[in-house]
Amino acid sequence: MIFKTIKRDELANLYAKLAQHLIVGPVRKGLDKNNKAMYDFDRVDKFADLCLDYDTTKHSAKKYFLPFTETLCTFKIFKDSWHKKVDYNINEPIVMFGLHPCDINAFNKLDKVLLEGVYPTPYYAAKRKNIFIIGVDCQPQPWCFCRSMDTDTVLHGFDLFLTDLGDRYFIEINTATAYEILQQLDIQDPAPQDHQLFLQKTNEKADKFIASVDTTDLTKILDMEFQSPVWQEWGDRCLSCGTCANVCPTCYCYGVEEEVDLDLKNARKNKHSYSCNLIDFAEVAGGHNFRPESHTRLKYRYYHKHRGFVEAFEESLCVGCGRCGQACLADINVPEVIASVRQEKI
Amino acid sequence: MAVTTTYLGVPLYRPKVAFFDFTSCEGCQLQVVNNEANLLDFLSLVEVVNFREAMTEKSNDYEIAFVEGSVTREDEVRRLQEIRKNAKILVAFGSCACFGGVNQLKNRFNDLDWVKKEVYGDCPVDTKEAMPLEKYVKVDLHIYGCPVKKEEVEKIVLNVALGKAVNLPKYPVCMECKANGNICLFDIGEPCLGPITRAGCNSWCTNNRFGCWGCRGPAEDANVAQWQKIMRQHNFSRERMLDRLECFGGFDHLIER
Ligand code: SF4
Ligand code: SF4
Ligand code: SF4
Ligand code: SF4
Repeated sequence: MIFKTIKRDELANLYAKLAQHLIVGPVRKGLDKNNKAMYDFDRVDKFADLCLDYDTTKHSAKKYFLPFTETLCTFKIFKDSWHKKVDYNINEPIVMFGLHPCDINAFNKLDKVLLEGVYPTPYYAAKRKNIFIIGVDCQPQPWCFCRSMDTDTVLHGFDLFLTDLGDRYFIEINTATAYEILQQLDIQDPAPQDHQLFLQKTNEKADKFIASVDTTDLTKILDMEFQSPVWQEWGDRCLSCGTCANVCPTCYCYGVEEEVDLDLKNARKNKHSYSCNLIDFAEVAGGHNFRPESHTRLKYRYYHKHRGFVEAFEESLCVGCGRCGQACLADINVPEVIASVRQEKI
Repeated sequence: MAVTTTYLGVPLYRPKVAFFDFTSCEGCQLQVVNNEANLLDFLSLVEVVNFREAMTEKSNDYEIAFVEGSVTREDEVRRLQEIRKNAKILVAFGSCACFGGVNQLKNRFNDLDWVKKEVYGDCPVDTKEAMPLEKYVKVDLHIYGCPVKKEEVEKIVLNVALGKAVNLPKYPVCMECKANGNICLFDIGEPCLGPITRAGCNSWCTNNRFGCWGCRGPAEDANVAQWQKIMRQHNFSRERMLDRLECFGGFDHLIER
């Protein structure tokens, strides 16, 4: 890793250098009912709109890598033959300006399944390889528990990463592309005090966490508590609405459906995101539903994230961003659910 | 009309369909004709033999009856029973037919005579409580919505013609709302029935920043009790809560009173 610093004012020039591409980043989305600013990832049209000091976004950035709906291929049907056309749906490279460590770690986790698995997903790969990622450091919010999930810092999976040192940013450079772009800008080598300041910032951040999840022996505990009555209680609250999976940066389940056009001359195969909390997630042909009860589905989401994935990859599929808990109208959130399972009570 | 064939020349099952309306605004039927771009393609999938809103000829020889509207008069009951006898498949078309729709709001007044007087003055009409079709006849398929969504109707008809299964979404509107990238209306202090309403409208209302009123009725296994609790937690009055739940009639049997 190469380290540099860049003056705060010079960041606008970095933006300008990249602006020939589509830039996506955290932008304001109005005020919530308590007059607090809300943010989401969206296309950024000018540098002033980019809110690098955002707390969190309502949705994760995954729609740029894993769109909620995507046409996997189209068919043209002739009298007695047909043509298939496959499109990975990348139109242009994207610059993602301002991802927090949790969200970059989320993509690193998705990579394990969708890029490094036995059958890589070309639709994901095509997008992932065409996105330039600029990370930015963050301030822990009351709902953040990334530190418990070991995702409060990020070592790879980005092009460059910015840490706010006051009048300048500390830059971690991870790719040749990022290095070349920065060469065209006014950047400095970090002075010894910059290193110190960087470490000081990192330590200060570590002290600010409020929420946490105890992951000690969690896979074993989940195995033991499979029949715990707390699941039933959380399940009774759950609306089976899928919001948690939709806002989550690492949920990747989907369904595929074939559609024929009304004129019977064209058809398509569509993919759309799904959630294990939805009532028919485990319904199979013939109509049998393996998880008809809400609590069995909710439990499944937690077992996939905190048990199955850990057994397969030695790490959890949750990055502790807290979005699911913030978005859930029934107030179901990871720290409380895991704590209740550990303590056998809600 | 020429026989429509599909891939490899397999002839298409072109069912004879009829459209009927009872007490309703006829907006659901309008959705079907309101479709210049692919109306002809749609019409080549089926043989329409009865459609007052679009044609003058009439026939009682049909397999699929699309019935719009709720039943509010005695003569409508008899007409509906007649349609049931003729049709192989009876489709409740739109929320009035499925749940009574907006019309059933009148059932909620204690004094129906007063309602009649308010509406018809000195020219009384012989009406009774507005009821869904299912109150009087067996319904084979429901197409929800106020109005129905034309893309969904087209897809259902296409799947019937091709012999594919007809699958309506079982999950709630939130699923589509979130996929559409919307910020939740509860975050900005607006009530929304999306968490318990059946999806399929592509979160039409919430995309336009208007809370869902549940026109498509309950999602499967809708957690109505939890939604009521959420409304209380967000300090919405009992009246506003019941307004939403009662508007289209789909939630009546699920409300915790
Ligand atoms: S946990 Fe919450 S967000 Fe997730 S499906 Fe249940 S109610 Fe919806
Ligand atoms: S499960 Fe919740 S906290 Fe964990 S990554 Fe997903 S949205 Fe974030
Ligand atoms: S606005 Fe309504 S439909 Fe959308 S997420 Fe919120 S509750 Fe669900
Ligand atoms: S959002 Fe709700 S009220 Fe609006 S069309 Fe959909 S189901 Fe009907």
